[in-house]
Amino acid sequence: MGEIKVKEKEVVTPGDILASGMDYIPTDGAFRDGEDVIASQVGLVNIKGRLIKVMPFNGVYIPKMDDVVIGRVSDMTFSSWFVNVRYAYDGVLSLKDASSDYIERGADLSAYFAIGDYVVAKVTKVTKSMAIDLTMKGPGLKKLTTGTVVEITPQKVPRVVGKMGSMISMIKETTGCQVIAAQNGRIWIGGKEPKMERLAIEAIQLIEENAHKSGLTEKVKDFLTKGAKK
Amino acid sequence: MSYKKRFDGRKLTETRPMIAKIGVVKNAVGSAMFQIGKTRAIAAVYGPRELHPKHLQNPSSGRLRCHYNMMAFSGSGDRVRPGPSRRSKEISYVTEQALSPVLDLSSFPKTVVDVYIELVQTDAGTRCAGICAASMALADAGIRMKDLVTAISVGLVAGTAVVDLDYDEEAHEEGAVDIPVAMTPRDGQITLLQLDGDISKEDFAKALKLAKDACAEIYEVQKQALKEKYTEDKK
Repeated sequence: MGEIKVKEKEVVTPGDILASGMDYIPTDGAFRDGEDVIASQVGLVNIKGRLIKVMPFNGVYIPKMDDVVIGRVSDMTFSSWFVNVRYAYDGVLSLKDASSDYIERGADLSAYFAIGDYVVAKVTKVTKSMAIDLTMKGPGLKKLTTGTVVEITPQKVPRVVGKMGSMISMIKETTGCQVIAAQNGRIWIGGKEPKMERLAIEAIQLIEENAHKSGLTEKVKDFLTKGAKK
Repeated sequence: MSYKKRFDGRKLTETRPMIAKIGVVKNAVGSAMFQIGKTRAIAAVYGPRELHPKHLQNPSSGRLRCHYNMMAFSGSGDRVRPGPSRRSKEISYVTEQALSPVLDLSSFPKTVVDVYIELVQTDAGTRCAGICAASMALADAGIRMKDLVTAISVGLVAGTAVVDLDYDEEAHEEGAVDIPVAMTPRDGQITLLQLDGDISKEDFAKALKLAKDACAEIYEVQKQALKEKYTEDKK
């Protein structure tokens, strides 16, 4: 019979034995070595039935299909843009996925996206060698012309969003800013008042610093209400 | 067998006091400090990121690249000549070999993970301290690993097997043998084994046994440091 050696939500380090026996199946952040299931990352244990997972605290962004990301245009060719999505290599946004306009041959592509522009895009394909294809066609996908982009650890994005989007809607309501949290750890904040934009950024930084602690929602709530009064 | 009492009063099987800390370099993806006695190593991990020159790229896996460096003021007395040297190149290479068996970089093809190891203060056993710090920094960076790597130097001082030699012991007038060992604590696989000096088979086995016990101790220190960062003020 299998046996679980750790508690739910326990902090584990690489090499820790999480469970023994073939009854348990390792998923993300864990692997099998003989009879044992072993952690391969520093993170929190998550046990769901027979599946054992380690949710890492830290790391770089690894593109996945259907992720919504905020990218920065880094280069362009005659028919495509290269977009930095915080992975080692740039994603490719081809002309046909960039706009539904009729674009004449030899047109100035920088009128659409220039180098340095921030865009909200979606990952359509990631090949085995990590070539990344992006699209701008879809709801909410657009060029960002105003506001601020902040960068956080990609693993902490779920905390910024909160359960069923509770955290992010709290930030939106108290500050009156629009917020887009992308999977690659870039968060766009657009508000009418610079003061409120500043407050939203500080709230997000507070979440990042305290992402692993409990009672985070209360803490952020206090911070936001205090800040909004000033 | 003249060396019975150690210069600094330690037991023969006792390591110097260890301190480990995570997240000492904020700019890096992951970082760690490991101190054993007076030897202090800082490791910072950047990546996975784009690898240049391009011919080094491996289309099926990421690469590990280590950079070992002793700071100019780190020795006791003479200034260490800064910049790469034959010695630091060799140590960078063996560090790579010591760490790569536990790393899983298969999900980052064509990239590189850079590990910068700086020795702020040195008193022998620097490559081992560097490996300990680097393995913690890699874990902190969220890179998938089969295990942490622990490293310690063992050896003979005037014919007596001791663990964790400091500089005075390495320079003992009756001669010393220095054996840096790195191993994975879970299954005891050796990933680094170097030897400087003459040693008998029996003494070697004795020294290796000492290394194994010391590595178990180091592992606890490393684990504690990694967990501490995320549990500090949780009630």
